[in-house]
Amino acid sequence: MGNLNLKINGDHHPVDAPDHWTLLEVLRYRLDLTGSKQGCDKGDCGACTVLVDGKPELACLLLAGASEGREITTIEGLMPAHRAAGGTGADPVQDAFDRAGALQCGFCQPGMMLSTRALLNEEERPSRERIREALSGNLCRCTGYTQIIQAVELAIHETCGEPVEHPAWAPDQAPWGDAVSTVPGRKGTGSSDTTQGEQA
Amino acid sequence: MLRLPTFELHKPTTVAAALEAAAASGPATRFVAGGTDLLPNLKHEMIEADHLVSLAGIESLRGIRLDGDDLVIGPMTSLTDVASSELVQERAPALAQAAGVVAGPQHRNQGTLGGNVMLDTRCQWINQSYFWRSALGFCLKKDGTECHVIEGGKRCVAAVSNDSIAPLYTVGAKLVFQSLATPEMIAAGAPEGVQTRPVPVDALFKADGAYNKKVGLQELLTEIRIPALPAGHRGSYQKLRLRGSIDFPQLGIAARLDLDEAGVIVHADVVAIVVAARPVRVKKAPDQLVGQTPGTPGFEAALAELCDLATRSVKALPNIPGDTEWRQRMVPVLIEDAIRACV
Repeated sequence: MGNLNLKINGDHHPVDAPDHWTLLEVLRYRLDLTGSKQGCDKGDCGACTVLVDGKPELACLLLAGASEGREITTIEGLMPAHRAAGGTGADPVQDAFDRAGALQCGFCQPGMMLSTRALLNEEERPSRERIREALSGNLCRCTGYTQIIQAVELAIHETCGEPVEHPAWAPDQAPWGDAVSTVPGRKGTGSSDTTQGEQA
Repeated sequence: MLRLPTFELHKPTTVAAALEAAAASGPATRFVAGGTDLLPNLKHEMIEADHLVSLAGIESLRGIRLDGDDLVIGPMTSLTDVASSELVQERAPALAQAAGVVAGPQHRNQGTLGGNVMLDTRCQWINQSYFWRSALGFCLKKDGTECHVIEGGKRCVAAVSNDSIAPLYTVGAKLVFQSLATPEMIAAGAPEGVQTRPVPVDALFKADGAYNKKVGLQELLTEIRIPALPAGHRGSYQKLRLRGSIDFPQLGIAARLDLDEAGVIVHADVVAIVVAARPVRVKKAPDQLVGQTPGTPGFEAALAELCDLATRSVKALPNIPGDTEWRQRMVPVLIEDAIRACV
């Protein structure tokens, strides 16, 4: 038994950690959950973003000892939660980020995807302005923001089963291919094939 | 990688237990709310603490409620909840606006209103790593004897940077602090046990950036009380920053106008932050604006005069990153924006 009992991705984790350790340090160096990244380590960059009771927070500024009794979701928990809810593949947000090429070095991506997941749990169809606001605490040093916003919009459209708007740089095709993940309650999340068919 | 120095963490679930833990732990003890200000400062070794008392488990410090005519906000209420509260938006609109523009979304989810009220001052020569500061021989705020902002300065001028404070000034908020009576206080005739001390928000600060508050570190903020405001109350908060998110303010202006039924201004207040260690009230605001009716030429002339006069009392110092002249030139712009947002 550890001195802390943390609930992470639905599981209880007893861990031993000194009082001055942050949640990020416990995740990475005690539990090997290295998806949460250690970037600036002082709350500027958002790379360590995790969901705490469903809301994005910064694991580098959260004391592990003060995180007991709260539901913590890391990037490692997104796909299992999606599958436990009856979906297939990865979480539609992860699938969309992958297919839209919403990364270069990938360091900001876990935080970006968790901020997106929290937003889409709150609102089904957020506006572009709302997406930008919700992701404004996550910095991308590769300046890949265009594809990141596109990925979020792709995930929204596919989750809602709506036709996907093609990006301005590829007006005649959906360059990201078909959705790999499916969402419970919907027959197929991707409509890019339909759109392509109509255009053909 | 920035590691926290070692400390012992206390996790009380009641205010009384928190006060006892703080009293028993000695002077190098800090209360920690959301941690978004305290933890980076600890990591930078700007603060030394052997004990931290986490307030995360004290449910009674959370929530927004009406108590008689007062709007009472628990200090552990997240900034996200303050910004989205209809009660706060209706009763103190400038506070809701300010809470909604503090830092970034993650900071507002874990950061609290109480934490923002008790935020430490900021300066470009102090919010740096220990190694960085050591290379300069430190400064007045911590470990050094020299001020890098004002040559020969004897008092720290690190800037008050809490967005929520300017609106709280304009609405005349009261902050309720609780502490345990020390043996000296009891010897001087105070009763034993928990002491409660209400502090008007504009009596909280002193002009010393090293520690700009007139309350002790053993005193715990337990309530933020906003009195009933007239039906014609209008408020606005304008924040200057380089990016639309994450940044601390480069300048913050809160404005309050109360209008009577005929649309005449009966109360006016303008407060600036980030110019000095304590908030600066623009004392000419009531003289210029009370009695005016927005939309009339007289109001326009009074507003222009106020913006001009304000630049004499609101002086930006080179204490935070960013162009000082730009910040100074934005003083009248933000005051005008704030007043116009009210009418």
